[in-house]
Amino acid sequence: MRSRLMLWVPLALFAFFAGVAGYMLTQEKNQFVESAMIGQPLPEFALKPAFAGLPGAARSDLLGGKPRLLNIWASWCLPCIAEAPQLEALKAQGVEIVGIAIRDRPEDVANFLARYGNPYTRIGADDISEVQLAIGSSGVPETFVIDAAGVIRYQHIGDIREEHVPLLLAELEKAK
Amino acid sequence: MIRTDVIRALLALLAMLAMPISAQDAMPPAPYAYNQLEDPAQEAEAAELMATLRCLKCQSQSIADSDAPMAGDMRHQVRSRILAGESPEDIRAWLIARYGDYVSYNPTISASTWPLFAIPVLLILIVAAVLLRRLGKRRSDTGEAA
Repeated sequence: MRSRLMLWVPLALFAFFAGVAGYMLTQEKNQFVESAMIGQPLPEFALKPAFAGLPGAARSDLLGGKPRLLNIWASWCLPCIAEAPQLEALKAQGVEIVGIAIRDRPEDVANFLARYGNPYTRIGADDISEVQLAIGSSGVPETFVIDAAGVIRYQHIGDIREEHVPLLLAELEKAK
Repeated sequence: MIRTDVIRALLALLAMLAMPISAQDAMPPAPYAYNQLEDPAQEAEAAELMATLRCLKCQSQSIADSDAPMAGDMRHQVRSRILAGESPEDIRAWLIARYGDYVSYNPTISASTWPLFAIPVLLILIVAAVLLRRLGKRRSDTGEAA
């Protein structure tokens, strides 16, 4: 009797694994790689201006007074166009936004800002993604909350939609 | 007449859509994205490391396999750091500090990965125990028969 039951064990195991695999197929995969740098100080960097209209960006530009947003973007990035009005809304709320343009040409940056508005106080040109890699960002756009002491407090992955604006304002408040 | 106008307008629209995408590659790649290090020993070290680092944009490829611009920038980081005298494991640790274990294809034993290493050992022990019991039984059976 016992050995009869044992015969079903392999089939039961197979059904279990097939069930787990089937269930996992229906689960949405998280494509985002989160930065492990939250709570860590912003690494040292100094980037040249991304175009003639604004100064470049360095770590020291993000220090002191109040928390700021560090926005990783590029003129070739389509979600960055969708994000532009929300950055304007954040700027209108008095938020200082420092930009880092990834692998971007000055004329493209200028064009983008002329078409979709300029919410930035500074934009650094990161032609080889060195600052992006140093802060654990894996794509564009991404937005980091940097507190006055230069500590990375929060990471928003992907374009900022309307519903994310209050969220980011709350994170900036928390970082004070 | 109208149809050529429509086609022309469509082509113009397509060209506008294509513009921002083609611009991603408008910048020249980082110096060490596609250029090897001069010292073959250093390049070999870099190549071995790059084959075990995950491309963050194309998550099923290593940065050695990927043509994504970001993978090129990661190869530049690896090669320029090797050139500056950093050890491959230091560079791996630098990346893990930024992206977590996920960035490395070379798994280490940690709080979340220990079952990966423990389960095979456990399975081998179970199989060994079952085999020993069965073989032992058979031996005693034949012993009785003799």
